[in-house]
Amino acid sequence: MATVECTECGAEIEAADNVINGEILPCPSCGAEMEVTSTKPLKVELAPEVREDWGE
Amino acid sequence: MKVAMLYARVRVEEKLLFEELQRRGVECEMIDVREVSFDLHDMTRWAQYDVVIERCISHSQAEAALSILDMFGVKCVNTYRAAHICGSKLNTTLELIRHGVPSPNVRIASTPEAALETMAAMGGQRPDGRYERPVVLKPAVGSWGRLLAKVNDRDAAEAILEHKDTLGSYHHSIFYIQEFVNKKAGRDIRTFVVGDETIAAISRTSEHWITNTARGGKAEAVRVTPELDRISVAAAKACGGGVLAIDLLERDDGEIVVNEVNYTMEFKNSIAPTGVDIPAKVVDYALGVGSGQIAISTYHMPVSGPVAGAGAR
Ligand SMILES: Nc1ncnc2c1ncn2[C@@H]1O[C@H](COP(=O)(O)OP(=O)(O)OP(=O)(O)O)[C@@H](O)[C@H]1O
Ligand SMILES: [Mg+2]
Ligand SMILES: [Zn+2]
Repeated sequence: MATVECTECGAEIEAADNVINGEILPCPSCGAEMEVTSTKPLKVELAPEVREDWGE
Repeated sequence: MKVAMLYARVRVEEKLLFEELQRRGVECEMIDVREVSFDLHDMTRWAQYDVVIERCISHSQAEAALSILDMFGVKCVNTYRAAHICGSKLNTTLELIRHGVPSPNVRIASTPEAALETMAAMGGQRPDGRYERPVVLKPAVGSWGRLLAKVNDRDAAEAILEHKDTLGSYHHSIFYIQEFVNKKAGRDIRTFVVGDETIAAISRTSEHWITNTARGGKAEAVRVTPELDRISVAAAKACGGGVLAIDLLERDDGEIVVNEVNYTMEFKNSIAPTGVDIPAKVVDYALGVGSGQIAISTYHMPVSGPVAGAGAR
């Protein structure tokens, strides 16, 4: 289990061992959505906001 | 067998599909569409994949990628044809009508003025401006129940149309106007079709008229009756086939109509209630397409050979 800092509030976010790039980790403290940009080492960025053409 | 999955955000669904492929020992390359540049004169890179599973969260990115891959003969699940139809509520309705699949009444207008008159006519506007029956105004492209408007009178219609005119993108200059369907027991039905089979069905209930689970609707399993299977498979076929989620509305009188069809289906909330291993069914289908056991149709006139663009600079 790796951890990484939320870019918005600095809280610790945990990621499962099988985490992959592009996955979204919600910050347990501020609720911001973090997108995994690297797994080794674990890095995250604020995920892009929902766009109008997003969906199923 | 080599598989690629195109994505722009790894939702639970993409992760489940990836893990299912891993479990079967199938090599799957995860490709972030935001980092891809397609060289339209040299598509050799894409020839290595037996099948591309398209799971982009953005319809415009998905449609562009599929259009390109389709023309160069790269097999995709779903196909460009399915994305082109299902990504637009207008195209979906047209195909449902063409194939005789029951669906709610729809009218299309292209100016706010025409939309206002259309809504008055469909709603049965009374002298005081109130409608006899509500109408629903939807963006032609969109999902998760966003920006849908249930309109009960002319005042509301005018306000919404003005807002769209002022604030909306060009997509909002096509007005997709649908009859409001009074749902039996306040619920609607979603079925999951994979190939020729309806693999699972759920009902969605909510206090709100929009029952999407993405908006908090509650999912419960529903038995796939022969009637539900027939209409679901017919809707899927009409809309390009493949792996599709069909949204159905059941009228007061029991008639079932197809509201719309989704080509990048979300199913995480439907596995537990139905007990159906949806990712496994999707992977079965994709591998069937990859191995050539399941035939898919292309939209574009195919260029000769799988990646015929190669070297043609
Ligand atoms: N004409 C209608 N009459 C009654 N209810 C409707 C109507 N249109 C939509 N709804 C309700 O709103 C929900 C969302 O509608 P619709 O599927 O058209 O929108 P969407 O944004 O494409 O959502 P989805 O994510 O399900 O694709 C439906 O599942 C249904 O509960
Ligand atoms: Mg939809
Ligand atoms: Zn945070």
